[in-house]
Amino acid sequence: MSFAYFPHTPDDIAVMLERAGVSSLEELYSDIPDSLRFKGEYDLPDAMSEMEVRRYFEALDRSNTKLTVFCGAGAYDHYTPSAVKYIVSRSEFLTAYTPYQAEISQGTLRYIFEFQSMICELTGMDCANASMYDGPTSAAEAMLMSVASSKKRRRILVSSTLLPQVLDVVKTYASYHGIRLDVVGQAGGNTSLSSLDALLAEGDVAGVLVPGINRYGIIEDLTGFADAVHSSGALLAVYSDPSSLAVLKTPGEWGADIACGDGQTLGIPLCFGGPYAGFLACRQNLMRKLPGRIVGATTDMDGRRSFVLTLQAREQHIRREKATSNICSNQSLMALFVTVYLSLMGPDGLKKVNDLSYGGAHYLHDRLLATGKFSDVFDRSFLKEFVLGTTLDTDVLQQSLLDAGFFGALRTEEGYVSFCVTERRTKAEIDAMVDVIDKIG
Amino acid sequence: MKYYDKLIFELSRKGRQGYSLPDTDWAESTVSIPDGLKRASMPALPEVSEPDTVRHYTNLSDMNFGVDTGFYPLGSCTMKYNPKINEEIAGMAGFQDIHPLQPRSTVPGVIKLYRDLSSALSAITGMAAFTLNPFAGAHGELTGLMIMRRYHICRGDLGRTRVIVPDSAHGTNPASAAVCGLETVQVKSLPDGTIDVGHLKTLLDDTVAGIMMTNPNTLGLFETRIEEIAGLVHGCGGLLYYDGANMNPLLGVARPGDMGFDIMHLNLHKTFSTPHGGGGPGAGPVGVAERLKPYLPLPRTDGEEPEENAGRISGFAGNFGVLMKAYAYILMLGRQNIRMAGPLAALNANYIKESLKDCYRLPVDRVCKHEFVFDGLEDRSTGVTTLDVAKRLLDYGFHAPTVYFPLLFHQSIMIEPTETESLETLDAFIGVMRKIAREAVEDPDMVKSAPHNTPVRRPDETEAARHPVLKFTDNRFNEDNYNRCGTGRL
Repeated sequence: MSFAYFPHTPDDIAVMLERAGVSSLEELYSDIPDSLRFKGEYDLPDAMSEMEVRRYFEALDRSNTKLTVFCGAGAYDHYTPSAVKYIVSRSEFLTAYTPYQAEISQGTLRYIFEFQSMICELTGMDCANASMYDGPTSAAEAMLMSVASSKKRRRILVSSTLLPQVLDVVKTYASYHGIRLDVVGQAGGNTSLSSLDALLAEGDVAGVLVPGINRYGIIEDLTGFADAVHSSGALLAVYSDPSSLAVLKTPGEWGADIACGDGQTLGIPLCFGGPYAGFLACRQNLMRKLPGRIVGATTDMDGRRSFVLTLQAREQHIRREKATSNICSNQSLMALFVTVYLSLMGPDGLKKVNDLSYGGAHYLHDRLLATGKFSDVFDRSFLKEFVLGTTLDTDVLQQSLLDAGFFGALRTEEGYVSFCVTERRTKAEIDAMVDVIDKIG
Repeated sequence: MKYYDKLIFELSRKGRQGYSLPDTDWAESTVSIPDGLKRASMPALPEVSEPDTVRHYTNLSDMNFGVDTGFYPLGSCTMKYNPKINEEIAGMAGFQDIHPLQPRSTVPGVIKLYRDLSSALSAITGMAAFTLNPFAGAHGELTGLMIMRRYHICRGDLGRTRVIVPDSAHGTNPASAAVCGLETVQVKSLPDGTIDVGHLKTLLDDTVAGIMMTNPNTLGLFETRIEEIAGLVHGCGGLLYYDGANMNPLLGVARPGDMGFDIMHLNLHKTFSTPHGGGGPGAGPVGVAERLKPYLPLPRTDGEEPEENAGRISGFAGNFGVLMKAYAYILMLGRQNIRMAGPLAALNANYIKESLKDCYRLPVDRVCKHEFVFDGLEDRSTGVTTLDVAKRLLDYGFHAPTVYFPLLFHQSIMIEPTETESLETLDAFIGVMRKIAREAVEDPDMVKSAPHNTPVRRPDETEAARHPVLKFTDNRFNEDNYNRCGTGRL
């Protein structure tokens, strides 16, 4: 048998068996009890050639419906510049391991340092880690971090306006970790400060998690939140869309202690939900509570500027059961994705992405209202995503759009429909979708 | 590799741009957002042209070592070849553009991939069902422990709050247990790293939720008493968790599901050839025995949502892009080639072990599986340490093995070659390892000051931790930004 990925010829195997002091490959496993040896036939397809593998995936691809995306809800269809995809496909980055051997990993270490710097710049925080799995898990880690920092307090408050999947993941982590979670109500589409005050007054709160842009696409007004949270001795964490932070008030400016969210909006393709890259950043005083990989600058034996994984005393491989997180990797390649994206976009490009998304979303919003089939639910500022009430049957609406090649009008838990427009959507696409809606009886 | 000292921020010049976006069709822009909701000044992101950006990152890549660069014998990390077809498939535009919340009816191809990959992983491991959601090995561990806890809780068995972990286990095991709200109890290892069954018996009672194990263990040795261990743990009402970090040598040979394990995770970035990406993204699917199926976490691609589910553990259904790569590899392997994967990995490891055991100390001299551990140099008279050997290897164009793990020995050198390395590569590595052993005696200072040919040499980690510099701050750059934005936020 020969196979493209296994270099062994029969002669090689014979030489190697002799050196290993065994007479057959079988004998390498003689310590495994016979009852545990797998003797059956694997229920797997026959080995395929590259061409056959390609055919399998091309068939999968053809069976999926190609849709123009007018939906956000935690995953946004932003454009990825070609240069980003080219850089992240370089095998020196792609096929490397975690940069333990700093001498031959300066490429990875440097881009992570750049990533951390850019996340700090966008969020207004002092330090950031090397990235997390995704947005919702970064929010869960922000919660664990708040609890670990407070030592004794075991209660976390989360806003009801957070994306449903963020709330759900935070709830899961909290339930196993023995954290009491209470949900802060909303008023007119914004997290309610009076509801927050009432819950804080009950005491024992280690941290509060609120969104920057919420599940309705609304830009939250967090005026007074940091004061309320800090005066009760708790930490404030803000869950943000980092792309929007080119324009919107940063978690730092709102007075937050922790910033978290999903880097997907910084050019990472939708790809059915992953891989993305969460981010987690904090104030200087929380630096040693920040989980995950962190890269720092230093010098080498010859005085050259160098970068290393640092503050490892925080991490699971040192602290074992005393670690506050079990994270032992990052989404490194996706952090590179974000770093190259932000390098290309710069402050002006990222602002322009927001302007185009904002303009398109407001155009669609106004056109939908003009059909007479929709109504505003909240009268608040939004960026690229919004919800509307509708007189249409929401199932019929979504299916009519799907039939015409559009994915939009996502039904929310509250019975609204949600739309999102990014810079990738053209006026022609928006007009065509509104035409479809116009024709629905 | 050549030293290149720039950071992208240092290439920035006011007014340069690296993006190309269409002119706006819209009447409105973010100018309309109320000032109270906007940031005070533009973020100080770099302003760089596209060619300068591409050259910068290409220069950075030239300071990096990957599997495609050379041999990567990193123990416990399974640095096998990452096939290129995998990348092409995951990069197909059709897959990249799928929104995770699209109705199931519009993504039958995605649903089929999840089903086919789950079935394949079940066939390979003997587990009844898989969730493909966990993003990494550690995330898989946490998910598996959540399933374990949820199982006990749903049965009203509320007192099971302890999990048994071998003292030789990787730190992630106890850390995952702690995050899941479980207390860790250590079971002792025998000198060969296998579990001390006598000690295990003294730990088992009705407070035990389960045990976490690797098999083969950290020293690359098979736990021959696994059936007895499974009987004991099940007998006290606990569950067995299999940490799939060491699954590679069992491909084609044995299945955790047949050994009595109830829950396991796989590292698709190790065993199934998806690249490590410099630390991720990976994928850590979790498999369970039949009776634990209802406890699998959300979200599910099969459309079911049993009440017993362990909860939602990810935004969406895992790293789909990584899952495609793993399945492409499994299709290439097929039922035929998988038979050879484990045995060739074990052959490569034993070949290196036998070729070097006269100049490096081998604490447990037995046939190993995919990896083995030396306890430093045989001749330590000149004071050359494992760290020195690791750094000297870099000079010769090899990645270092895993060092100072496991903690069972003071000078651990953990070597895992994988099945995709040729005899010639192994011989070259063996030759260099032997040469370093000679150098350690003949010219110890040279080895102690290695590496000599790398872009940087032994960066000062103590200084990095004592005075952390975790982000770029340069006055000239900031001043430039200050002038442009007209505000002095930085």
